Amino acid sequence: MRTGADCIIDGLVQAGTTTVFGLPGGTVLDIFAKLYHAPLEFFLVRHEQGATHMADGYARASGRVGVCIVTSGPGATNAVTGLATANMDGIPMVCVSGQVPTHMIGNDAFQEADTTGITRSVTKHNYLVKKVDDLPRILAEAFEIARTGRPGPVLVDVPKDIQQAKTSATFTGPVKIRGYNPNPEADPRAIATLAEAINKAQKPLFLVGGGAISGEAAGEVTTLARRAQIPVTTTLLGLGAFPETDPLALRMLGMHGSVAANRAVSECDLLVSIGARFDDRVTGKLSLFAPNAIKAHIDIDPSAISKSVAIDIPVIGHVKAILQALIPQIMPRQRPEWLNQVSTWAREFPLAFNRNDSELLPQEVIEQVYLATRGEAIITTEVGQHQMWAAHFYKYTHPRTFISSGGLGTMGFGLPAAIGVQAACRDRTVVTIAGDGSVQMNFQELVVAVEHDLPIKVVILNNGHLGMVRQWQEMFYKREYSAVRLRQDDRAANEKIDTTRRKGYLPDFVKLAEAHGAVGLRVEAKKDVGAALKKMLAHPGPVVLECIVKPGENVYPMVPPGASLTEMVQNMA
Amino acid sequence: MKHIITALVENQPGVLARVVGLISGRGYNIESLSVGPTHETGISRITMQVPGDDRVLEQVTKQLNRLVDVIHVTDLTTAPLLNRELVLLKVSAPPARRDSIIKMAHTAGATVVAEEPETLTLQITGEQAAVAAFIEELKPYSILDLARSGIIVLARNGAV
Repeated sequence: MRTGADCIIDGLVQAGTTTVFGLPGGTVLDIFAKLYHAPLEFFLVRHEQGATHMADGYARASGRVGVCIVTSGPGATNAVTGLATANMDGIPMVCVSGQVPTHMIGNDAFQEADTTGITRSVTKHNYLVKKVDDLPRILAEAFEIARTGRPGPVLVDVPKDIQQAKTSATFTGPVKIRGYNPNPEADPRAIATLAEAINKAQKPLFLVGGGAISGEAAGEVTTLARRAQIPVTTTLLGLGAFPETDPLALRMLGMHGSVAANRAVSECDLLVSIGARFDDRVTGKLSLFAPNAIKAHIDIDPSAISKSVAIDIPVIGHVKAILQALIPQIMPRQRPEWLNQVSTWAREFPLAFNRNDSELLPQEVIEQVYLATRGEAIITTEVGQHQMWAAHFYKYTHPRTFISSGGLGTMGFGLPAAIGVQAACRDRTVVTIAGDGSVQMNFQELVVAVEHDLPIKVVILNNGHLGMVRQWQEMFYKREYSAVRLRQDDRAANEKIDTTRRKGYLPDFVKLAEAHGAVGLRVEAKKDVGAALKKMLAHPGPVVLECIVKPGENVYPMVPPGASLTEMVQNMA
Repeated sequence: MKHIITALVENQPGVLARVVGLISGRGYNIESLSVGPTHETGISRITMQVPGDDRVLEQVTKQLNRLVDVIHVTDLTTAPLLNRELVLLKVSAPPARRDSIIKMAHTAGATVVAEEPETLTLQITGEQAAVAAFIEELKPYSILDLARSGIIVLARNGAV
């Protein structure tokens, strides 16, 4: 006989879990009692949101299911943002939450929340366990659902009495769920149709998304593109699926995509989406998206087909298998005119910024990080302008090296995600690119990095603003900088802050880093960046490097809201 | 356009909430909803009437299919269907008008299921259009209370 708590821990171990992130509480005491003796590495976080982002980063970097354990009530509600982040980006996670005893559910008990109700729309699936006999099966199902099909977060809510109850039930598999058929086998005729379209196309383009990385198909994408000599653009989450140093790489497309990528989309006669879901940041105005192209879409999720863009050639199935079947049917072919055209665009309109001799620019810092890490680091980002610059000025050549919240755009993701990444990849250099606004949201998790000897490097691009919002206010809201300034001496009138009393920026990130047990460094001058980065990378522990950068920089190119990809606003150099 | 969506789902707590949540989460109103077990153990049928944009409802149907506990979804709006609805209504029926109400009910195929001194409770089942028409006919007679079951459908050609 085992208790429910035994079943949970056993279930995690059986599923191959080695690492768990979480925080205990009243309704998970029994789980934590078992955890104490379990063959699992446990990371005690300082906020449950941190646990979810760590599990997420761990999953994105390793391809494994990220696991976290949180308590009921506020523990579970603190996890919602992290679950929603993973849900939007299709990241495999299992979150076990405690719940008040079954007879108290619905009675407004202490630390009770309707966790399954609250998380229903932000998880791929969730369970409220009512019978302890069901637990072994439910846990196996949770992992299966998390990692198959379009991956996603699964929450398992376990009432305290269920954790304490005894059962002789076991589950050895296989997992069989009537309504869940996550691995449709691709129709060979659809693949043949796609091959024909590719071979015939004069101006084909591959649009590679996060699905190609989740599906472990970066190798096949690269082989295909090179064999067919077809240019490649990626979404934010597809960065690294195709080496950005390859001459066929057009870089990222979309709202802040490169000119070459956006023009290629607009001019191509065949657009093949490989695991990209045609998000609105990518398409711009739908009616003007890829107007001349036949559109093909390779995806494992049938509901992704023709969701926003009408698809002519759908190929539903597992991307790796599909590409493996597709590649031999592709004729190596030269399309010199098309390749010349796209490379001319890339050469004439590279991703760039206005360099100056005096002020330290955020984009420069990222360039320096790229050079100092030789393009071999795993980069995580927070959300905002710095995130876009991290996509522009670092070139990603391998999958699972760009870790960023795309669909939900969660500020506060980057720092805890880096901890999860480092936990999964102990021997890699992990650098978080952060804005001064975002980094404050989950700064408290830095202690977790310190105590577990996870030497993450947090580079804060401090421009004293919530930069992306400031950019929109500059471009579309009459330059009325409402609630975007973070320095103490320059604030909007409605905030009623006495700007004469304090100067400069609060908090002091160097002191804050040191208070958390990490090394804190600050640079303000261009000439000091190289040495600071070197010092940061050489230090064996976590480092926060604050770079005071020129405020007021804008991310270019930009496709304004409602505009088509060809209506990019470019830098007035 | 009023869409009729029917889904076969696992008979488990939370499944209905997820299905309904997906639709109402898009700001669409579920005008009628019927759910009950089918002849197969552990499988229930949910039938919904949702007015809305064709394209969006097509998306909704696809996304319902994606739910783990949803076994099969069909939008039967344009399919050849058998449809039925059950209505109970209580009408004001003072002695002077009682007979004419009873006569109207019998003509429409409705039955009297309860009698009070001042009211009559009627029951009608039939195609939704016919049932709706009957309710309209009774409106001048002062309907005091009304319960509609919501439409249930089966496709004529064994589609679902």
